[in-house]
Amino acid sequence: MTTLDTPAPAVPVTPAARAVRAWHTLRSSRTAVIGLAVVAVHVLIALLAPLLTSYDPVANDAGQALLGPGRHHWAGTDQYGRDVLTRVLYGGRYALGVSAAATVLTIALGTVIGCTAALRGGWFDDLLGRVLDAVLSVPSILALLVVVTALGTGPAVIVLAVAVVYVPQVVRVIRGAALAVVPADYVTAARARGEGTWSILRREVLPNIVDVVCVEFAMRASWVVLLISSLSFLGFGAAPPTPDWGLMVAENRTAITVVPMASLAPIIALATLVVGLNLAADGLSKAWGVDRIRKGSR
Amino acid sequence: MLAFLARRVSAAVGTLFLSSVLVFLAVQALPGDVAGQILGKDATPDAVAALRGRLGLDRPAWERYADWMGGALHGDFGTSLVSQRPVGGEVAAHLANSALIAGVTVLFAVTGSIVLGVIAGLYRDRWPDHLISTVSLVGMSVPEFVVATVLVLCFSIALPWFPAVVLYGPDASVGQLLPAVWLPALALAVVMAAYIVRMARTSVIDVMAGEYVTTARLKGLSSWRVVTRHALPSALLPTLHVIALNVAWLVGGVAVVENVFNYPGIGKLMLSSVQNRDLPVIQAVALVSAVVYTVCNLAADLGAMALNPKLRTRGRTR
Repeated sequence: MTTLDTPAPAVPVTPAARAVRAWHTLRSSRTAVIGLAVVAVHVLIALLAPLLTSYDPVANDAGQALLGPGRHHWAGTDQYGRDVLTRVLYGGRYALGVSAAATVLTIALGTVIGCTAALRGGWFDDLLGRVLDAVLSVPSILALLVVVTALGTGPAVIVLAVAVVYVPQVVRVIRGAALAVVPADYVTAARARGEGTWSILRREVLPNIVDVVCVEFAMRASWVVLLISSLSFLGFGAAPPTPDWGLMVAENRTAITVVPMASLAPIIALATLVVGLNLAADGLSKAWGVDRIRKGSR
Repeated sequence: MLAFLARRVSAAVGTLFLSSVLVFLAVQALPGDVAGQILGKDATPDAVAALRGRLGLDRPAWERYADWMGGALHGDFGTSLVSQRPVGGEVAAHLANSALIAGVTVLFAVTGSIVLGVIAGLYRDRWPDHLISTVSLVGMSVPEFVVATVLVLCFSIALPWFPAVVLYGPDASVGQLLPAVWLPALALAVVMAAYIVRMARTSVIDVMAGEYVTTARLKGLSSWRVVTRHALPSALLPTLHVIALNVAWLVGGVAVVENVFNYPGIGKLMLSSVQNRDLPVIQAVALVSAVVYTVCNLAADLGAMALNPKLRTRGRTR
């Protein structure tokens, strides 16, 4: 989940030099390093889950149901006798996989649309602004629920639904950043050379807003994780018996008086992942001087 | 300035019109025919066709949209497919219950977060700032259902002070709902406050670095007076916008929290209508949410204009 890939630069600086410079700025921010490290640990745990535990995340064992934390089950077991720690370790797979796909799609679409709006201007920009305002005015969770009800609850649908909900917000941010670049002389020069919108976007605009895009990526990822886990919690996301944090909280909540740890463990996992993403976004934006505090809407 | 006002309001109306079209189209796209839904699986094609005719489903989409919109403007949102009651009344009852939560939430979140944000900004980079910033970062990083679950664990189970679930329906009186309001409101307030704290902190830091604050200090004013009279008014301006946007976010936020507590508000109605494919209710809830969001945004813009002379003059010259 590193955000260091820089596209071909417009100015004659080799990509390698750019990457090195970005890495140095990044290292200067302790917050960003801690955040990225936390996220990296989560990714590693999700990938290596089968090596870290000997239990099966979905196999029921009625004889072991609702045990408290102990020597064999460090975080206890749930109502079906499944080891909670195992399910937490595996739980990152769904959350990270779907969130990563959804964030990449959202940012990619939002960047292209936002830059195009800034470059084209005119009626296209106006119309787009109006439509985006309208989409934004419907609560994201409701929009998400409607899309999921219409198309089913598969991971692909959820990725698509998250994109529908969050693309307008990304478009706004990226459009704002791109608008600052569009009046620059090199964009005018490129236009005068007769280059098309797409090639101006890729070669002149994008390299100059990479930092904004990266910060947006980290921040959006944290919101996507929250949204997807909320969706799972409400029963519209991951289908049982998939190990997923949001779903686990919903399942184990009923037995919260008996085994509080079964609800707390997925909560802790979820919170640390999002804290990591938020720290990364904070650190990156400070290190690169991108204004992160902005409209606090979700 | 009047022109600016008129333009802002007409833009808001335009947005609402567009979102109503979007809502209508999205709900129409939901699978499952309403007539088939009502009659069940064993209905004969003739019966379905007859009901479709009676419900007006065989007419073109734009005609049905005009019908729906015309009714909605008069407060008539149709009849719920599940409870067979008028949707308008049902939505209004749930909305009133949610307004209770929203009111308490905003009260908690705004007062608490402004105080914390200002403290963090004034003690920048010292321990109170670090503490408050860390806590607000964590608050931002946990979904509402997690905060709600932890609160239930603390204040309904460990300390049995508040009910963990609400047992009343949407028609419960304020007195019946009041004991159940605090935990959902607190859960929402924690998440909402996290954003406002950060915003308030940043703007206080910005303002305290300004020259007029230095001037006020050099005049020999006490630091209390410098903060309350000179720094706070300007610092709160950008915060106001975030608050308005967060009120709009509340509409979505309550959906999750109300379901945790089984609180009979608009969020619960939202979820159950989606589960039951109760199309008229989904449409009404979405439209009402869009209205709330748009009005909050408009209020934020107009409020910012009223408080910021610079915006006011720009509005006049344009």
